[in-house]
Amino acid sequence: MELVKLTIDGKETEVEKGTTILQAAKTVGIDIPTLCFFELKDMHIENRPGSCRICVVEVQGRRNLAPACTTRADNGMVVKTHSIRVLNARRTVLELILSDHPAECLTCPKAGNCELQKLAEQLGVREIPYQGAQSTYRKDTSPAIIRNVDKCIMCRRCEMMCNDVQTVGALSAVNRGFMAVVAPAFEMNLEKSPCTYCGQCVSVCPTGALTEVDHSRNVINVLADPEKTVVIQTAPAVRAALGEEFGLEPGTLVTGKMVAALKRLGFDYVFDTDFAADLTIMEEGSELLDRLTRYLKGDKSVRLPILTSCCPGWVNFFEHQFPELRDIPSTAKSPQQMFGPVAKEYFAKKLGIDRKNMIVVSVMPCVAKKYECQREEFKMNGDPDVNYSITTRELAHLIKQSNIDFMALPDEEFDAPLGESTGASVIFGTTGGVIEAACRTAYEVYTGKKLDKVDFNQLRGFENIRHATIDFDGLPINIGIAHGLGNARKLLEDIKEGRNHFHAIEIMACPGGCIGGGGQPYHHGDSEILKKRAAALYREDANKPIRKSHENPFIIELYKEFLGKPLGEKSHQLLHTHYFDKSASVFIEE
Amino acid sequence: MAIIKLSETKLQELKEVCKSFNNDKGELINVLHKAQSIFGYLPAEVQEVIAKELNVSVAHVYGVVTFYSFFTMTPKGEHPISVCLGTACYVRGAEKVLEEFRRILKIQVGQTTPDGKFSLSCLRCVGACGLAPVVMVGEKVYGRVSPDGVKDIVAEYRN
Ligand code: SF4
Ligand code: SF4
Ligand code: FES
Repeated sequence: MELVKLTIDGKETEVEKGTTILQAAKTVGIDIPTLCFFELKDMHIENRPGSCRICVVEVQGRRNLAPACTTRADNGMVVKTHSIRVLNARRTVLELILSDHPAECLTCPKAGNCELQKLAEQLGVREIPYQGAQSTYRKDTSPAIIRNVDKCIMCRRCEMMCNDVQTVGALSAVNRGFMAVVAPAFEMNLEKSPCTYCGQCVSVCPTGALTEVDHSRNVINVLADPEKTVVIQTAPAVRAALGEEFGLEPGTLVTGKMVAALKRLGFDYVFDTDFAADLTIMEEGSELLDRLTRYLKGDKSVRLPILTSCCPGWVNFFEHQFPELRDIPSTAKSPQQMFGPVAKEYFAKKLGIDRKNMIVVSVMPCVAKKYECQREEFKMNGDPDVNYSITTRELAHLIKQSNIDFMALPDEEFDAPLGESTGASVIFGTTGGVIEAACRTAYEVYTGKKLDKVDFNQLRGFENIRHATIDFDGLPINIGIAHGLGNARKLLEDIKEGRNHFHAIEIMACPGGCIGGGGQPYHHGDSEILKKRAAALYREDANKPIRKSHENPFIIELYKEFLGKPLGEKSHQLLHTHYFDKSASVFIEE
Repeated sequence: MAIIKLSETKLQELKEVCKSFNNDKGELINVLHKAQSIFGYLPAEVQEVIAKELNVSVAHVYGVVTFYSFFTMTPKGEHPISVCLGTACYVRGAEKVLEEFRRILKIQVGQTTPDGKFSLSCLRCVGACGLAPVVMVGEKVYGRVSPDGVKDIVAEYRN
């Protein structure tokens, strides 16, 4: 490792050769502002176009100012990051960007989280001296994401996410100069593109150009309707991130406070998607064992590996990009969509109310869930099983709007019966968690033996693609795990080429899994935040008295009283689904 | 995928072109050049085929097509009009001539009239500087064109 020595703002530092000035400055406590630059360390996610020039610094002996994010530190370099020349240049660059940006901060959904707004404040911009024409584009609203590209500053972070990380290719920079924006092919609507609604473009966009469709108004309205019984379900990853919106350390679990807040918001029943996650394990795990035993008996028609199907972004991905493989994912619905029919067909009946008078809302770390709950196959006579899905961010807004002092709330418990869950379901929120939960149950059901240790550490971690072999009492089960759709693509290509030896594969569309979902509080490129959220979920799991889905007493009760058995007729009808070939739906409007 | 309404032989030719570049994504611009000379323009369907052949997203292909002004997504008119904006022509008022074409045909550079008769583009020096300003309609060259002469040129091809 070769080291280079340089001086930044009078401070000497030594860094590895190849380090950028931006990184080198951090070692001496200097934070150079950036805009287009974005990275998620350890996840191989990086956007470094060097185009915005906000990060310029003065390098002694060079005529031009240099962008700190792309310029490499060198021996003997003398760098100034806040000379008058630098400050003026930086402000001018920002003023030019702002001159073609709508000044709508007061009503912008990104206000408070906008990196452009923050820069304007930080650099002390008090007026925009350049007045001229502003470029305008039509607003594009899809079932989950709104594109308001008037606010696009062409950092191209979203393009990097959609193409390099997710390999979806829905977005690309189009046109040139003044008219340049990021858009789908032929500038068609996102809805017509192969977009998966993973929301990763939303989570990295520095401005309000890309945001989720806001359903919190609809939720306020149904809460005010005395005719309706309003039920809410909360996804595992929400409890590990919601606290960030109220200034808590990342990784703080706020399960009890979240429940208390939801009760104060007026939900009639506060339930847990974790309950439905336990149910998913019962169905998906049984499907895995069913396929496995048939395969071992020599049944050639069995398709292995089985792929998880909890993630709607991933489902959209294979429907668009690998429709020929759509018979291998598990047919089990996602926990959100299992919860819906259990609430409306079982719980509503118990309460003696018509399903039309029950409203099911979900809080999700996810943007794609908004689309998932609108799918036609998840409706009964036009009535959706899940009416509205809001993100963790939207929930935080609802709480703030309702004058609830989140920090002062006591810890409260979920309601019974759909609020009871096990440790297995909590870890659904992080990469590796679904398959670990499945292993806990499948192992015990298959071998008839008790697990000594329920932790499968070999399945945990943040590596892009992981594999592990789990010993099912003499039978080695090969497991694959991928998070991020680009990594999923690699595994799918192997399957297509017949190069694959896995029995089961877990896939989550978002980097880190649901904890890094497109609907979570903005992480602004800090991968430590994601790790802390994952650790929080494993902590919650470890503290649960019951840690295996098949031991959840309310799940056992539900099968006894209502469903029959996993993969049985009723389960099949309510808890399983099928997939479509959507490759043809990418069409072009003339 | 778009419903392909391209001629089978041209489509085959396009696929051959992609193959001749080893279906290499790095050759996208060269493939687009060849494709435009086969079809005269780059309709959405052609871009879809190229994206598939080179294994890149259609959005990316469209991005490149819209970035370079050389590429066009509108078919050329029956009589493509090109106005030279090379230095000599420019100095002698080619811009006014272009402006007049725009006014009379009611289209911008890069567009085609709704009846498909005319399309308008500009050129950089055709090597006939002695005749500046120069206008070409199809293969035919018109020299020393003045804004007043524009309507006569257009009239020659109308009807
Ligand atoms: S939601 Fe995901 S797939 Fe859709 S445009 Fe954004 S990054 Fe691409
Ligand atoms: S939409 Fe947002 S992330 Fe994408 S280029 Fe524009 S500003 Fe950047
Ligand atoms: S942050 Fe360095 S050029 Fe944009």
